[in-house]
Amino acid sequence: MMIVPYSHVILLAGILFLMGMFCAVTRRNLIMILLGLEIMLNSGAVAFIGAALRWQHLEGQAIAIFILAIAAAEVSVGLALIVCAYRRKGSIDPGAYN
Amino acid sequence: MTLYSVIFYALAALILVSTGLAITRRNLVHAVVYLIISFFGSAMLFYLLGAPLLAALEVIIYAGAIMVLFLFIIMMLKVEGFEEPFFPIRQWIPAIGMCLVFIAAGTLMMIGDPDSRIPLKAAVAEPVFFGHYLFRKHWLAIEIVSLLLLIAVVAVLYLGKNAGKKTLR
Repeated sequence: MMIVPYSHVILLAGILFLMGMFCAVTRRNLIMILLGLEIMLNSGAVAFIGAALRWQHLEGQAIAIFILAIAAAEVSVGLALIVCAYRRKGSIDPGAYN
Repeated sequence: MTLYSVIFYALAALILVSTGLAITRRNLVHAVVYLIISFFGSAMLFYLLGAPLLAALEVIIYAGAIMVLFLFIIMMLKVEGFEEPFFPIRQWIPAIGMCLVFIAAGTLMMIGDPDSRIPLKAAVAEPVFFGHYLFRKHWLAIEIVSLLLLIAVVAVLYLGKNAGKKTLR
């Protein structure tokens, strides 16, 4: 049973990555910036799993598990920093911190 | 066009539409809920691409833990009154510049690898087999990642303590 060409998986991951990057760069809200980072990490995992299927090798899936763990660590630290910053300045606008 | 490719395109459309809706919402709770739908779509995509263990972990960690954490923080910080300047024009210039670089790199990669047009053959990595592989070949990386999570816990505890002191003062 054939699925789709690998380039389509990469295209999907690329568009997802671009969306996440757009969210992180253009939104003026710390929580949305962190959400954009999450989208980017997820798109990386999609690309790695497609690559694992293409080369019939489990290395890609192992890397995807590490991406999941790093996303969890990153988001917990990031949200703690946001709470810290919010308590100091009372705002989650990144322009308010300089 | 096989059944699997139909499922793939349907899932891709679901993921892209819900992510696009998520990044353009003004209301943060709506954004998080749309992103949960997107992550469920990604989990089904992982299952389709032969990674059932990662599909389960995606639902548990991404859609379950991370997004609920976001919801908690949004509820904790009272951000309803915060009027965000929506997609200010000044921010578009770096975004479009990075998009162009990304698109150029992507097309170069597509052209440079003609093998990527061959359709992928469906295969499944059994969770048992995958777990054995992970702990046999990547045990050191697993330990490092668990240490990283421990460090994250310590850092969050430290930050939380300090933030509490600052409000008392």
